[in-house]
Amino acid sequence: MKTIYILWLRQLKRYFRSKSRIIGSLGQPLLFLLALGFGFGPTFQKAGQGNYMQFLAPGIIVMSIIFTALFSGIEIIWDRQFGFLKETLVAPVSRLNIMIGRTLGGATVATLQGIIVLFISMLAGFRPVNWAATPLAVLAMVLTALLFCALGTAIASALSDMQGFQLIMNFLVMPLFFLSGALFPLPARGAMTTIARFNPLSYGVDALRGLLVNIVHFGLPLDFGVLAVVTLLFLLVGSFLFSRIQV
Amino acid sequence: MSIIEVKDLTRKFKDFVAVDHISFAVEAREIFAFLGPNGAGKSTTIKMLTTLLRPNSGSMTLNGFDPVTNPKAVRNSFGIVFQDPSLDEELTAAENMELHGVLYNVPRRLRRERTEQLLKFVELWDRKGSLVKQFSGGMKRRLEIARGLLHHPKVIFLDEPTLGLDPQTRNHVWTYLKELNQSEGITIFFTTHYMDEADRVAQRIAIIDQGKIVASGTPLELRTRTNTTSLEDAFLALTGKTIREEEAGSMERMRMMHRAHGRR
Repeated sequence: MKTIYILWLRQLKRYFRSKSRIIGSLGQPLLFLLALGFGFGPTFQKAGQGNYMQFLAPGIIVMSIIFTALFSGIEIIWDRQFGFLKETLVAPVSRLNIMIGRTLGGATVATLQGIIVLFISMLAGFRPVNWAATPLAVLAMVLTALLFCALGTAIASALSDMQGFQLIMNFLVMPLFFLSGALFPLPARGAMTTIARFNPLSYGVDALRGLLVNIVHFGLPLDFGVLAVVTLLFLLVGSFLFSRIQV
Repeated sequence: MSIIEVKDLTRKFKDFVAVDHISFAVEAREIFAFLGPNGAGKSTTIKMLTTLLRPNSGSMTLNGFDPVTNPKAVRNSFGIVFQDPSLDEELTAAENMELHGVLYNVPRRLRRERTEQLLKFVELWDRKGSLVKQFSGGMKRRLEIARGLLHHPKVIFLDEPTLGLDPQTRNHVWTYLKELNQSEGITIFFTTHYMDEADRVAQRIAIIDQGKIVASGTPLELRTRTNTTSLEDAFLALTGKTIREEEAGSMERMRMMHRAHGRR
């Protein structure tokens, strides 16, 4: 328990101390929000789909969550190269607890990041329609964050250096994001929707959008169900791979 | 019973045999030097003893426990100062100590007490609230040594602990380690490239080369055996004069990049 807590705290301290990282990681969501939000807004409206900012903001919130969460999982590679991981691995604590502490820490940070983006998008004109659902919305954020933190941990445990990082960004993270319905409404049927159905991120986006602005595609029970199951699965895979790390 | 016993230990990386059927023992309360040229297998051996790497064959015990089957008991028994830094640079000196203390389950009061005592000893107490990334190489090294001692292990592994330290600090560190060895009976297992240091400090030495132990004994025994007057000459007589190339793996390359460009 203490191990989990102290490693969780470490992730938080690292986050709050690198102001440049906080600001830097807000740049991308901000750009997407403003450029796409105001750029496509009129077209979206003309197509009879309503206010694009309302539609887009939950997607951008989720985007900032998965980037932060995945990165914090991937951070294991850095810790491995620059030593700190060894310090935890030779300590008389179980690797499962180390992994849980790190993952919870990363997920907390990612959720905070998501909440910051929520506030920023409100400055850009986004208005949640249902404030009562906010706690559930935060839960959806936490689940999404946990899921991608665990995925990052799994990837980082299997990779030995940062060489593969670019590969992951371009062939995993970007496709996950663009094919999740974060930027556009999923059509009722078609290849796009089929692909999105197999993308866990789609359910995170859908849950958050459902809770914040009442637009759902899959439905909340399915969203939460899929998120919970996939998160659990990735946590198991992540902790398994993490437990096998040799330095 | 010896505190460290190694028998026929072997570790291969693909075709390369890093550690080749080595056997040795370290007695409790001993100051033991493990010497060898670059790439001889020193760090690989330490990694196996400290549960970070599994051997391909052979057996070993540390404080009576097997690192492969009982890693937790082994981890409770040793402290380690790694060859390359393993501090969290985004945390302060005190926070690094605190984190270590919690991981090793040192009770809070004892943790605070020892942190103060150890940081004062390595002369970092004034800087306890500074982020480690602001420290010089020597200060980081001192902090790592202090941290490795926080939980009062039975055995402390020091992998080139004095690399990059000036003679004053080196002397200071060894005085403390020897004192600790005397008063607490901590076994010290260290590697170094400074032969004079090994000569002065070590009670017993094992020399490893190309994965095999080529000689062991007291410094005097090694000198007598090779008919040399200094341990440096004895070392060269035993391991030859060819310069060893360590092939840089991807990890090494990254570290070099890191050194060249600074971090993030």
